[in-house]
Amino acid sequence: MMATADDQFYREYIIDHYKHPRNYGRLEHPDISHEEDNPLCGDVVGMDFRVTDGVIEDVRFHGRGCAISQASASLLTERLKGMPLDEAKKINKDDVLGELGIDISPARIKCALLSLKVLKVGAYGLADIDEE
Amino acid sequence: MAIRTLDVAAIRKDFPIFETGIAYLDSANTSQRPRQVTGAMLEYFEKFNSNIHRAAYRIAEEATVRYEATREKVRAFINAASTKEIVYTRGTTEAINLVAYAWGRKNIKQGDLIVLTIIDHHSNIVPWQILAAEKDARIEYVDIDDRGELRRDQFAELLNRGPKLVAFNLVSNALGTINPAHEMVAAAKRVGATVLVDGAQSTPHQPIDVRALGCDFYAFSGHKMLGPTGAGILYGRREVLEAMDPFMAGGDMIKTVRVEETTYHDLPWKFEAGTQAIAEVIGLGAAVDYLNDLGMDAVRAHELDITEYAYEALSDVDGLTVYGPPPSRRAGVISFSLDGIHPHDLATIADRDQVCLRAGHHCAMPLMTRLGVAATARASFYVYTQKDEVDRLVSSIKEAQRIFA
Ligand SMILES: Cc1ncc(COP(=O)(O)O)c(C=O)c1O
Repeated sequence: MMATADDQFYREYIIDHYKHPRNYGRLEHPDISHEEDNPLCGDVVGMDFRVTDGVIEDVRFHGRGCAISQASASLLTERLKGMPLDEAKKINKDDVLGELGIDISPARIKCALLSLKVLKVGAYGLADIDEE
Repeated sequence: MAIRTLDVAAIRKDFPIFETGIAYLDSANTSQRPRQVTGAMLEYFEKFNSNIHRAAYRIAEEATVRYEATREKVRAFINAASTKEIVYTRGTTEAINLVAYAWGRKNIKQGDLIVLTIIDHHSNIVPWQILAAEKDARIEYVDIDDRGELRRDQFAELLNRGPKLVAFNLVSNALGTINPAHEMVAAAKRVGATVLVDGAQSTPHQPIDVRALGCDFYAFSGHKMLGPTGAGILYGRREVLEAMDPFMAGGDMIKTVRVEETTYHDLPWKFEAGTQAIAEVIGLGAAVDYLNDLGMDAVRAHELDITEYAYEALSDVDGLTVYGPPPSRRAGVISFSLDGIHPHDLATIADRDQVCLRAGHHCAMPLMTRLGVAATARASFYVYTQKDEVDRLVSSIKEAQRIFA
């Protein structure tokens, strides 16, 4: 079981998003900007948002780390562009994992969900979120 | 006398876990355990399971004898002067915390200097940070040079400032650097410092003689030397231990308890409160026996051989950077990074090939910061490691490079 899950782990589009991240960089004067890290593996993801009339008009991410954390952030930004902020707030763990489309081991789940944490903490202006 | 060579094929037969087909390259994290160790523990559970030091019946006497026998085995293994100097702990971390609490709180005063090194494990940093904050003491860290070896000039300078305590690891778990511990202890003793050596990564892999080393404290973990988790050792020089107050208080560490006053037990039991990890300590004794049968010179020779082989094989891989000193001055640990591939991604790909590889900061975040990396991949070796496991690692690396190409 392990082997088949792993065989599909580094699918081409994940490597592609890792090597050619979409919406990578910074926004000038963002309405929301937030960064989180995962000290255990040193992954960092930050996001800048421009929000107009409650809609995410533009989003950029920056950071470094493993393919899973960076591809997940890149995929998330694609989805967020043009989305009402209220809708973005509703994106959950299963949405993000579903988008990644791979079977993530417990050891790597934090990598996959780092960008979601950035979105949630940034969008809600919260100090932190419950990781579960 | 010629050093024996290890019969690795025969050794591997003692470790049932290898029947699963794994290539285990994470022994610096925790070692595997041979049947001799698990067997000794099982025998306790099945034949004389009982509490020690407390009961008069026969199986309890047997348990006590076996439990205390480990103390003498460990004493001889590290050449301590007396079994009174061998304190059981849960591991290196607890041993260092014991010293920070029971020695540190009594001896470290405001403004005192504690010298540590940038390659220390968190367990030899954080207890001292807590103590320093509580006492308003200062901590300075010895830096490394470009080869990952401690800067002796800076160490000498720090010693000139008269530190109260000098604490460092004999072997770095993150880089494998073997520090010139004899010289360092001697220099620190000359300026009157108390010296703690973290032996977590040295004790399993090379002969240790704490009296020749001359340190006041020496800490290590059983689980990195073929023993079970939950049993480790604090060696302390007798005078130093005598002068210390207890760490944990409760049953077994006392002589008499009256409501108005308690007298503590003699060494080493003064530091062993509560029901102990009896099976684990017995297992640790069996691990020491096993290592003695192999011979620690032979263990070191085998690891040097594997490390040289791995160092060369890894150095041949394009885009791979090895951290730390050349094989002759490093233990069986190789930390490295790959261009464009995060260590965690490599570890996940290696795992698919049943290659167990560590990726992360190795509980040495100050060192990672110093190296300018967030994490490294690390392969580490032991008595059962064979070259074919290194070859499997190299294949996994090439597979990762293909996926990420
Ligand atoms: C150098 C060093 N010191 C201390 C420790 C802590 O040992 P333990 O976790 O067994 O207490 C380790 C284990 O990783 C180590 O490598």
